[in-house]
Amino acid sequence: MSESGIPGITATVEGDEPIQTGPRRMVLNMGPQHPSTHGVLRLLLELDGETIMKCQPDIGYLHTGIEKEFEVKNYQQAVTLTDRVDYLAPLSMNLGWCLAAEKLLALEIPAHAQWMRVMLTELTRLNSHLVWLGTHAIDIGAMSVFLYCFREREDILRIFEMFSGQRMMTSYFRIGGLALEPPRGWQQRVKKFIDGFPSKVDEYENLLTNNPIWIGRTQGIGFISLEDMLDLGVTGPMLRAAGLQLDARKTAPYTSYEKFDFEVPTRTENDVFARYQVRIEEMRQSSRIIRQAMEGMPAGPWKADAPHVVLPDREKMKTQMEALIYHFKIVTEGFRVPEGEVFQTIESPRGELGFYLVSDGTSKPYRVHMRTPSFGNLQAVPKMVEGTLIADVIASIGSMDFVLGDTDR
Amino acid sequence: MLPDNLRDRAVAAAVEAFDADAVTGGKFEFNELTLEIAIGKIVSVCGFLKFDQKFIRLSSVTAVDRYPAEPRFEVVYHLHNIEQNLRVRLKCRVRGEDPAIESVTPVWRSAGWYEREVFDLFGIRFVNHPDLRRIMLPDDWEGHPLRKDYPIAGPRA
Repeated sequence: MSESGIPGITATVEGDEPIQTGPRRMVLNMGPQHPSTHGVLRLLLELDGETIMKCQPDIGYLHTGIEKEFEVKNYQQAVTLTDRVDYLAPLSMNLGWCLAAEKLLALEIPAHAQWMRVMLTELTRLNSHLVWLGTHAIDIGAMSVFLYCFREREDILRIFEMFSGQRMMTSYFRIGGLALEPPRGWQQRVKKFIDGFPSKVDEYENLLTNNPIWIGRTQGIGFISLEDMLDLGVTGPMLRAAGLQLDARKTAPYTSYEKFDFEVPTRTENDVFARYQVRIEEMRQSSRIIRQAMEGMPAGPWKADAPHVVLPDREKMKTQMEALIYHFKIVTEGFRVPEGEVFQTIESPRGELGFYLVSDGTSKPYRVHMRTPSFGNLQAVPKMVEGTLIADVIASIGSMDFVLGDTDR
Repeated sequence: MLPDNLRDRAVAAAVEAFDADAVTGGKFEFNELTLEIAIGKIVSVCGFLKFDQKFIRLSSVTAVDRYPAEPRFEVVYHLHNIEQNLRVRLKCRVRGEDPAIESVTPVWRSAGWYEREVFDLFGIRFVNHPDLRRIMLPDDWEGHPLRKDYPIAGPRA
């Protein structure tokens, strides 16, 4: 009997030799083009029958060297890089970056801009959760939910387009405030969306929550203990579905989140269904925050009073010499950021997003590291799926809600 | 030695009391505590911080290249204590010639991928790491892109 050279696969048996006895394992290559890996994740699964004995994730297919790119862009240009990391939550990325730089610059952001940031970041959370719910459901076999979710996502993208001119790569938050003045009529547009949204969430729940197939595919699946998750670097809704109420919006409030009334939903079942429930409830809480931000929006300027950092108004630039000089300086060489280092964490839809920014006092960052939630979460995949059935892998990894751009950077 | 202005920080004082030789410096800026740790003491200090001071989460491991200064690299650890909502940053200086540091994977399993990323992009070796391979780049890639002497357009440009 000869080996075929492929692990676990034996060559054809000739003659009377007995067929190999004992356990036989097969290695299954899932991805990088598998649709339910939501990008280019590759999982090497070693199977004994239908049971996964070993799982090895292989990442890096989407590595673009964004952290290196930061070092040759000035601070204002670098905003556009952050969009492309977690492309389902671009405004959360923008926010993390701006907060880190603003901390080093000791900039005071006006209340209007802060509330606007909260509102748009929460819309981003809805956007991200809607994509997650639609694709997660389609993976498990519930086709129609996808269409419902993308219907509302389209409304959100239109709101983003109204604000920034872009549907996805918005780059709408800038160091010192916002990129543009909020457009006329945004209140009506957001109000129309948010008035209808809670009933839309009811629709998704009608389709799924009591659906016996959905329950059968998700309840009791994808368990991983809280201790393992904390030790393996998991954050976000995964932890909250295991009963740990950890949310940076509450524990380390930024951008005046402390002024908003909302709850951090938790479940204790710690399975795919609990993660679904947590994210559904997060959507309801986010719409509460959006409503509060919209109704209580303070008046005032939308960018900080810091002429050396924030671009002057177009009108001033054409009439005032000083404004013209500042404009020229900011556009040609950027602005200097005092020496120092900060680690700014925010709660992205996926979990803890941290920007570690090191400045050497010049107009370009010396080093930027992004502690992205998907990278930490993916590390727990082997622990979660080993010993379970291959049919449950898709439900398990879907419940993690990772984005490969966020993982590989 | 722990700088005097950090003595009233409970975590800094605790690490100093645990091992007086471990802390080589530190600062408290932007409401963030940074402790510089002697390179040989990193695993014992991390173990102390996790099991005694309840920093149960390792948030990230990364590095900064201070080329051409020597020691060239700073390996940076961000720790998180959930109960008390505390964060601390540890820093270790690593030399530029054949850079290596002890792995903290025995303390936190999450260090596995974080350290592989640093190994891949900076070329810092983590001793006792169970699976030290490249993680982002192909296995046959030459060079370590996040080093300051690596050109932005790539090695062949």
